[in-house]
Amino acid sequence: MRFLLQRVAFYLFTAWAAITLNFFIPRMVPGDPVQSLISRNQGRISADAVASLRVLFGLDSDRSLWEQYVAYWGQLLRGDLGLSFTFFPAPVSEVIGSSLPWTVGLVGVTTIVSFLLGTALGVGAGWRRGSWIDGLLPATTFLSSIPYFWLGLVAIALFAGPGSFFPSSGGYEPGLVPAFDAYFIPSALQHSILPAATILVSSMSGWILSMRNMMVTVASEDYITVAHAKGLSERRVALSYAARNALLPNVSGFALSLGFIVGGTLLVEIVFSYPGLGFQLFQAVGAKDYPLMQGIFLIITISVLVANLLADVAYLLLDPRTRKS
Amino acid sequence: MTLSPSSIEQVIPGQGAMAQPSARARRRRFRFVANAKAATGLAVLGVYVLLAVIGPWIAPYDPDARSADVLQAPSARHWFGTTHLGQDIFSQILVGARSVMVVGLIAGVLATILSILIGVTAGYLGGAADEGLSAVSNVFLVIPALPLIIIVTSLVEQASDTLVALIIGLTSWAWGARVLRAQTLSLRRRDYVEAARATGERTWRIIGFEILPNLTAIIASGFVGTVIFAVMSEITLAFIGVSSMTSWNWGTILFWAQGQQALAQGAWWWFVPAGLAIALLGTALALINFGIDEFVSPRLRTGGRTRIRTADGRTVAMRVGFTPVLAPNPAPVPMQRPADPIGEDATS
Repeated sequence: MRFLLQRVAFYLFTAWAAITLNFFIPRMVPGDPVQSLISRNQGRISADAVASLRVLFGLDSDRSLWEQYVAYWGQLLRGDLGLSFTFFPAPVSEVIGSSLPWTVGLVGVTTIVSFLLGTALGVGAGWRRGSWIDGLLPATTFLSSIPYFWLGLVAIALFAGPGSFFPSSGGYEPGLVPAFDAYFIPSALQHSILPAATILVSSMSGWILSMRNMMVTVASEDYITVAHAKGLSERRVALSYAARNALLPNVSGFALSLGFIVGGTLLVEIVFSYPGLGFQLFQAVGAKDYPLMQGIFLIITISVLVANLLADVAYLLLDPRTRKS
Repeated sequence: MTLSPSSIEQVIPGQGAMAQPSARARRRRFRFVANAKAATGLAVLGVYVLLAVIGPWIAPYDPDARSADVLQAPSARHWFGTTHLGQDIFSQILVGARSVMVVGLIAGVLATILSILIGVTAGYLGGAADEGLSAVSNVFLVIPALPLIIIVTSLVEQASDTLVALIIGLTSWAWGARVLRAQTLSLRRRDYVEAARATGERTWRIIGFEILPNLTAIIASGFVGTVIFAVMSEITLAFIGVSSMTSWNWGTILFWAQGQQALAQGAWWWFVPAGLAIALLGTALALINFGIDEFVSPRLRTGGRTRIRTADGRTVAMRVGFTPVLAPNPAPVPMQRPADPIGEDATS
């Protein structure tokens, strides 16, 4: 329990650091990004919205930095992330709310599947060190060195196209209304196969390799020898003794590298014009839509923190030693 | 097993062999290059470095020069084909190599220096300094680096290569710092460090001459890892159009290919060479890192014969942690496992 509380405290601290970072970033922007928007939309933009943008970008310079910071927090806690420039006059929170489920569905699910599959293959590769599986390792290294988005381009060139089963862009058939019904769900699944496969192919090899190396290290421990000496079956020794212990560092490695993985996989959405946060971020960057960029960064960071906490809970369940104290 | 005990001793300190570098130990330093993976990686990396230096000079065309050969497939005149403006893609790749390598190098060096400063200091000093520095590096580790880099870079109009490298370097040191801290923590209570402290050596000298040399392999692998990340990030930034478009790198090529619908026009030559160049560079760097890993921990090595036929025709599978008896002995137990786990055989 103490372990979990420590982790929660750390994640709260990290969230605070990320929000503070988010507070300072727009204050480094040269010039005034908001003024042009306000003058362009004279009369259409409400006084409240102008005030909220001023707080976001630190344009109310007559107030001290501390007062600005307090006002920024107050605004965040009300869920007000400002107005999006590109989707004007939609608030940022609305834009993010519509794209978050897509990202959680695509990036979230494929990250977990890739970890589980890669770990399972790594158990096999590590236990039978020197078998044919080792010969595959250089190939997986090559695949993982390819930028995700480029693999997506190649996948579109090879598999998508007119008359192909795989659509080359979008998250669902144009004309369908997002809902949980018999038309929308199959269409959404069909659109997610190619992006998901792209992410899987390039992200899995890292897990195969780290699990293999952990298995090789664990396989020479004394308790493995003892398990063999007791006459336990090969399968039991490999899974319940070696893999169980080799899994622990891999799970904590998973938690630590989530930030890296999510950052990279978001880019796959750009190539496939998948309506998630990554594609939204891409559009925001193109349109210099600072409130949307910041909002997306904040949401991505908080999602990664929550995922980290879940990985810690999984670690807690897997490792009895952390529960003891 | 056919593991050579020497290379473990050389890198994992505190086992005695490190104290007196004999002529044999010195010769073994070159064994890193003898590792097939490391050698392949270094050779490929060497070609890239060479291209980064001479690429802009040997490029057959000016990468910006337009010509009448619009969107042509690879031919003898244009090895990798041309763009929608008739620019030669082969020249763009050659010229772009320099930007990629320079950004990778600057970001890698910067992140490595930061990770040594923060990681080793935290591990060596311990206490409150350690708590603080560890918390900072954990925060940087957990915050998604790439979105942060994208946002910070997009705030700057036309970010130059150097600036991109600095931003990447400043945000990607945390992993290395974490690994270095853990290793320093285990080194600082070793006897030879205690001895140096007892003789009154100054702290900077203990860190510089007793601890850092034993972290070489970890620092090197951290550097290589950061270079991979930096190259990928730079190419991503160029691909989504955040960094400066005035200089060429492989991401810029992909940016134009994507923007001009190269896929829909079937112009595969526009984006395939740049992607392969990135993948090959990434593979070379990853191979070097595997080489370092296997150098430090020989158990991880692949290959070699794992099944051995003994004189009387039995086949014995070799596995880590076992010491099979290969003598022609028709005993009821074909494979003798080390009975005493405390014995030296079991610890291999």
